[in-house]
Amino acid sequence: MVEIYNLKKAFNSNIVLDDVSLKVDKGENLVVFGRSGTGKSVLLKCMVRLMEPDSGKIIIDDKDVLSLDLKELNNLRKQIGFLFQSAALYDSMSVRQNLEFPLIRHFNFTPEEREQKIIKVLEKVSLLEAIDKMPSELSGGMKKRIGLARSIITEPKLMLYDEPTTGLDPITSKEISYLILELQKSLNMTSVVVTHDLLCAEIIADRAIVLNNGRVQYEGSIPELTSSNDPFLKNFFSHEFINENKQVN
Amino acid sequence: MNNKTSSSAYLNSIENRLNEFFIMIAGLWTFSVQFFRYVFVPPYEIYEIRKHMNELGIKTLPIVSVTGFIIGLVLAMQTQPVLARFGAEAYLPGSVGISIVRELGPVITALIFAGRVSSGIGAELGSMRVTEQIDAMEVSAVDPFKFLVVTRIFACTFILPILTIYVIFIALAGAYIAVVLVQNMTIEYYTNAVLYSVEFGDAIPGVAKTFVFGYIVGLVGSYKGYTATNGTEGVGRASTTAVVVSSLMILIFDMILVKITLWLWPTF
Repeated sequence: MVEIYNLKKAFNSNIVLDDVSLKVDKGENLVVFGRSGTGKSVLLKCMVRLMEPDSGKIIIDDKDVLSLDLKELNNLRKQIGFLFQSAALYDSMSVRQNLEFPLIRHFNFTPEEREQKIIKVLEKVSLLEAIDKMPSELSGGMKKRIGLARSIITEPKLMLYDEPTTGLDPITSKEISYLILELQKSLNMTSVVVTHDLLCAEIIADRAIVLNNGRVQYEGSIPELTSSNDPFLKNFFSHEFINENKQVN
Repeated sequence: MNNKTSSSAYLNSIENRLNEFFIMIAGLWTFSVQFFRYVFVPPYEIYEIRKHMNELGIKTLPIVSVTGFIIGLVLAMQTQPVLARFGAEAYLPGSVGISIVRELGPVITALIFAGRVSSGIGAELGSMRVTEQIDAMEVSAVDPFKFLVVTRIFACTFILPILTIYVIFIALAGAYIAVVLVQNMTIEYYTNAVLYSVEFGDAIPGVAKTFVFGYIVGLVGSYKGYTATNGTEGVGRASTTAVVVSSLMILIFDMILVKITLWLWPTF
């Protein structure tokens, strides 16, 4: 589903991604770990060309993303959902308008069909009562859920999550993580999840990679990575455990 | 040594400001070209344009009403003693009418519109930029430039002339109040005197230039907001600089447009 070869991205002299290569199979959930500033979010943004990489190759659904023109790129983007760290709900629109925004523009649904889709997706994220609320009236967790609902309403083949549980309490984080897993199973989506949250990763991940020094330095299942004797991984995951335990306590 | 360091820092700051200025001019030019490339291409986002026109018109209506009324009133109060010195008080409605229709109405309305709307657009788009809402729109395969920028520039371009015509009438009403306070003049006489002096040809260039002013307000506000960086600090900067730049551009373009009008119609 996703193949990335030798991806490079630098901001002036600061090389963020230096020769990143990875593959994600159809229906797989890949979690991307890494220290802050190692280019995890940049990697996601390069995949949908919100940022242009300096070199490399990105293939999504057999299409070479970097060689697509705008029309072709937008056709591909319609098949990709993106949950931003801040949820990025359009704050001048109500929840209903946020959800119908992509539907109006890309599909020929009747108003009744649109309404049914909105209700169905809000039921999936257990927030039907928020349908007429404005984003400013929602809590952080609710915003994430609505953001998730907006991303999946078009039933994308690929979902990209940029730190889906950041800033949420451990219980809400867990709920969001299970929700992501459930949606992934029911819609048979492929997912790439950038996170620092080990609990979230344990729930979601089929496989994980760790970015370090601009490269994919480690790869494996969560138990493999967390039980590794590699000094960097030991250090990295011990911090993750400490943070997690602190949050739970 | 110290003098040398401070003068080189000063030169550097001038260089940076000049760089910023030229980058802004290039950015505004690119935005303009992109606007004209997109504005004629469907989807036309009529609902958004109508929504912005309503919002911008309603948002600005109270402030332009008060300002227009006071400007008309004060202008007549200031002009009356000068004309009285030459025994030309009968020309008061005409001279005030011409000033309001040709220059004061359009420029004052545009400047207030710039202060109210350009900063609003700058702040709104700036906050959308820093909270990744514009990125979210782009990634959902909707062109944010078309949806956010083109609709706002279009709405500003067409709502300002309507506001200007309204302000001209309000200012003339204000002027009438001032005239009545010092002279015994009926509304019929005042209206006839204004209509006798102000020709239709006076109003056309005055109102026509507000299309350009409205375009400038929408363009600068959108550019500043759309290209905002550095979080909330950047949003604040986008909002303030949008007002300063659009106000200055309105005055500069006013000068240019008056010159062009006089060149095309020397008797104007």
